[in-house]
Amino acid sequence: MSAVYREYKVEADDFTRAGEASADIKRTLKQLGVSSTVLRRVAVACYEVEINLVIHSDGGTLTLKVDDEGVHLKSQDVGPGIADIDQAMREGYSTADEEARSLGFGAGMGLPNMKRNADRFAIKSRLGEGTTIDMMFALA
Amino acid sequence: MSEMKRFHSVRLDKKLCKGCTNCLMHCPTEAIRVHDGRAHIIDERCIDCGECIRVCDYHAKIVETDPLESIRSFKYSIALPAPSLYAQFRNLKDIGYVLAGLKKIGFDDVFEVARAADIVSCAIRDKLRDPTLPRPLISSACPTVVRLIQVRFPDLIPNIVDIRQPMEVAADIARTEFCKKNGCSPEEVGVFFITPCPAKMTAIRSPIGQKKSCVDGAISMMEIYRVLRPHVAKMQNEEGLQSRSTHYGIGWAASNGESRVVCPDDSLSVDGIHNCIRVLEEIENDKFGDLVFFEGNACVGGCVGGPLVYENNYVAKNNIRKLVSAAKAKKNEDPAQAVPVSMMNKYDLYMDEEIRPNPVMKLDEDMHAAMEKMERMNKIIEGLPGYDCGSCGSPTCRAFAEDIVRGYFTENACIHKMREQLKIMAQRMVDLAQISSYEEKKE
Repeated sequence: MSAVYREYKVEADDFTRAGEASADIKRTLKQLGVSSTVLRRVAVACYEVEINLVIHSDGGTLTLKVDDEGVHLKSQDVGPGIADIDQAMREGYSTADEEARSLGFGAGMGLPNMKRNADRFAIKSRLGEGTTIDMMFALA
Repeated sequence: MSEMKRFHSVRLDKKLCKGCTNCLMHCPTEAIRVHDGRAHIIDERCIDCGECIRVCDYHAKIVETDPLESIRSFKYSIALPAPSLYAQFRNLKDIGYVLAGLKKIGFDDVFEVARAADIVSCAIRDKLRDPTLPRPLISSACPTVVRLIQVRFPDLIPNIVDIRQPMEVAADIARTEFCKKNGCSPEEVGVFFITPCPAKMTAIRSPIGQKKSCVDGAISMMEIYRVLRPHVAKMQNEEGLQSRSTHYGIGWAASNGESRVVCPDDSLSVDGIHNCIRVLEEIENDKFGDLVFFEGNACVGGCVGGPLVYENNYVAKNNIRKLVSAAKAKKNEDPAQAVPVSMMNKYDLYMDEEIRPNPVMKLDEDMHAAMEKMERMNKIIEGLPGYDCGSCGSPTCRAFAEDIVRGYFTENACIHKMREQLKIMAQRMVDLAQISSYEEKKE
């Protein structure tokens, strides 16, 4: 079974490069011929997850895999982890700092937006260790 | 129309092209390749933005428009001046001079596209009142931006407002009114748009969102200006016709002109094709949650910056600003007051065909094949220098790798790779020469 993999390093607090991984992911999906409706949902979710890595994490990686089932996005960071996932998943809840808010981020819609757009969404986190988010977008 | 071979209006003058890489490097859809000593335009990718025309030092990029004489192939002819035409004249006292001048150079009638812009403005406002439509709604006025979305942002097609361009609405009204007034049949009347850009020409030959264009041809603004200028310069007060558009309609000539009337508070107006790409990329990411309307103009300054205009775009933008204030001082009218409801109902303001994606970026129709090509492409990219020098004839190393997997080029076209290989070959020849001289000595 053929599949396409991509991995992107995302640095913490690097706002100048935020969005570059998403742009490359979108281009990859367009070249593969992923349908516009799926593309639109992936675009929103992958930008949110990338921005989350920049704002909240101590850095991490974003992985893209496209196979027969669909588009898989995985975000893995090295910390600091989420204390209360239920609270973090609530719309409007954000722990973004002043700098991020001054740049227009931190509306507390990131995680809920990812969940809404993905066909499968899973989040695991351990305080002091890091967070992993798995998303899948079905092709058909 | 989309099944037809894609038509575009930007052409290459083979004799003038030197085969440099200027146009190659500036094309926003990577639609140009240089080989056999000259540029080649990939028809399916060209969106008629005119960037290559602007950057070509040898004037080898030309636009195919209709000559002024073509109006004679009809019994009657009507001119549709884009409001950017008014901006070509410094200190224009009255827009009516331009309208009267058009009749002097051979047209039987004139209908202002700015007036149609007033009608279109009302129709877009109606659309914006519909909360079920996606946000932001994207303007359909600039055909290049619409084509850009078809090629690079197909997922934003549902956001494009499905209202015809002012040019189309103008043509429909102008022909209908003229036939009624003069008792002639529609086929006897040729309706010609005075165009600032190649994209409008293309929009007539292969319309987007419309089965057939109401416009019969497009004449370059530059050509019209040359003939029209002496007439306008001589014009006296009494000779002028009356402009019937509002100051809002006139304002459509420059960037923000449309937003200013349809959604002044929650809109973005972006000009320049590369800026449009940057912002559309962010709209695709849903970065502007509260944005209601997006107006993109491929040319810097809006239509006044088109590749077929005479005047410098900044001067032209200022000219428009002055004409807008003058019109406003004369009659400060909103399109809602100026456009009768009967007119809104009488003419077809909406697109009658779906806008479809133009997936030229797709590597293969079959996704598995596309995946294989992509993997091959990435292996090739790893071996390329990443200078994006254009010497191979593709705009970037990445595009070059794509061209190889598509079967257009071979890896040998990269001069840097070639140099590496030559180095190895040269070393081998030295080695070989040493071995043979040793053999000779032995003998």
